[in-house]
Amino acid sequence: MTKYLKKPETGAFAAFLLTYVFFALATPGTGFVSINGTAGWLNLAAELGIVAIPVGLLMISGEFDLSIGSTVGAASMILALGTNQFGGPTWPMIVLALTAGGLIGLCNGLVVVKTKLPSFIVTLATNFIVIGATMGTSRLIANVTSSSIFASDSAKMVFAFRWGQANISILWWLLIAFIGYRVLSRTAFGNWIYATGGNEDSARAAGVPVERVKITLFVATGVAAALVGILQGIQWNSGNSTYGMGYVFQAPIVAVIGGVLLTGGYGSVVGIVFGTALFGVISSGIFYTGWNTDWIQLFLGLLLALAVLANNYVRRLALTSK
Amino acid sequence: MTHPLMELRNVDKFFGSTKALKDISMQVHPGKILCLLGDNGAGKSTLIKVLSGYHQPTNGTVLFEASETRFTGPRDARQRGIATVHQNVGSIPLMSVGRNFFLGAEPIKGKWPFRSIDTKKANKIAVEQMRKFGLTRVENGDQLVGTMSGGERQVLAIGRAMYFGAKMLILDEPTSALGVKEASMVLKMMRVARQNGVGIVFITHNARHAMSVGDDFCVLIQGEVAARFKRNEKSREDVLNLMAGGEDMTALEDDLEQID
Repeated sequence: MTKYLKKPETGAFAAFLLTYVFFALATPGTGFVSINGTAGWLNLAAELGIVAIPVGLLMISGEFDLSIGSTVGAASMILALGTNQFGGPTWPMIVLALTAGGLIGLCNGLVVVKTKLPSFIVTLATNFIVIGATMGTSRLIANVTSSSIFASDSAKMVFAFRWGQANISILWWLLIAFIGYRVLSRTAFGNWIYATGGNEDSARAAGVPVERVKITLFVATGVAAALVGILQGIQWNSGNSTYGMGYVFQAPIVAVIGGVLLTGGYGSVVGIVFGTALFGVISSGIFYTGWNTDWIQLFLGLLLALAVLANNYVRRLALTSK
Repeated sequence: MTHPLMELRNVDKFFGSTKALKDISMQVHPGKILCLLGDNGAGKSTLIKVLSGYHQPTNGTVLFEASETRFTGPRDARQRGIATVHQNVGSIPLMSVGRNFFLGAEPIKGKWPFRSIDTKKANKIAVEQMRKFGLTRVENGDQLVGTMSGGERQVLAIGRAMYFGAKMLILDEPTSALGVKEASMVLKMMRVARQNGVGIVFITHNARHAMSVGDDFCVLIQGEVAARFKRNEKSREDVLNLMAGGEDMTALEDDLEQID
């Protein structure tokens, strides 16, 4: 029993289950538990989940990324201006958007590693720089800050396909979760992520390239944020500089709810996935109860506070013998 | 007669005009424990950093395995088989024993894209290795290092260095923060390592610990070698007096008594 209590994902799983059962019981006959209702909360969770996984890994390595919000918007605007104003082909523009995301991550990583400034403040600055640059450039080029996207049919298949109510982004989420799980729990690189966040000096002394670990994770986070921008842009047929601003704090929140320690060194991808699913259930469940959606924030805040307390407890439990 | 594993000849280390080490000569032999004794500020830390490649000496020569050597950095020294185990660092509390043991040299199984850490193997070797050095309490390689005591962590770190082929171990105050039982476990482990032919530099300010395992002794005072002797050549009082800077410990004790 205590063996499971010590795992970082246990709290998130229990909270997810309780919340799901609560909403299922509180909204009888409204279709919350139906296939369409399930697709609804999965859709909400999926796009957040795609960025939350690399953000969570980054937090385990001891760093933050608050620039994800503006990267989502920037990627969608690159796609919009590229396919609309410049009439470019879709796929090369998608590659361009992903590359831009990777470059933003690379800049974050290099600045954090070279200056040793806290990544919290560095990436907060990047967030403003990128959204400002996106809006300014869009205005210069097309005098807009949002614009239509003309995606090819093949791109629509890959990024905006729907089965009933379920978006293809759910599959993308599962794919990223699977990759994240393999990397963190099964590869040497995953071991280095834990070590970098657990004790940077010891990790370096053991020969772990901590700088490379951090930079790689920043790049992965940037690319994942750009992927979300592409998914949203093609689904809604438009790009907007302000897409994704909600993720800036939602992603670290669901990572912490999923059992990632703010101090780094502990956490799991399974936990982050349940933390994100919990977020989807709350955001979508509130609609079914007919309550005002303002309550979502209150719920999230309470959950975050509870999660931080629970994580502290789990860490202490994990550090007691046997 | 085998040549020493490592030798310093007339080594000085200056930081600006501060002379941290003056004319240090010493030899580390394979299968021997050299105890470096000294009070705080005697230059022990600087000497460790010269031995482990962090610092290059200002004057003098370093010989490793009988050839003159200039380490380019700690990594260089480590690759030649010089392992340093520091007092606090070396293990990561929230990671398992197996993962800590193989950190930076993880055993890999399978083919890309399904290559993964061979956790079973890592855990098994880590537990075996620690058992070899007398640590039997840790049976599960999945156990987090944070659940282990300070002495057990030292055993893990020393066992790790030995497993990866260290020829020389530099142990920086490995027993000073430990209780009596824990310290004796680490001291026993040092004896096992000595039997395996490893040369050990044991830095300590605990004369009793030093006397119980040391073969050669070197007392540092203000950056200089104040005394050098072999096992059983000096009594514990003599050693304590030497460490206190030549002042008579009994005189100091008398002073203390008068305060009461």
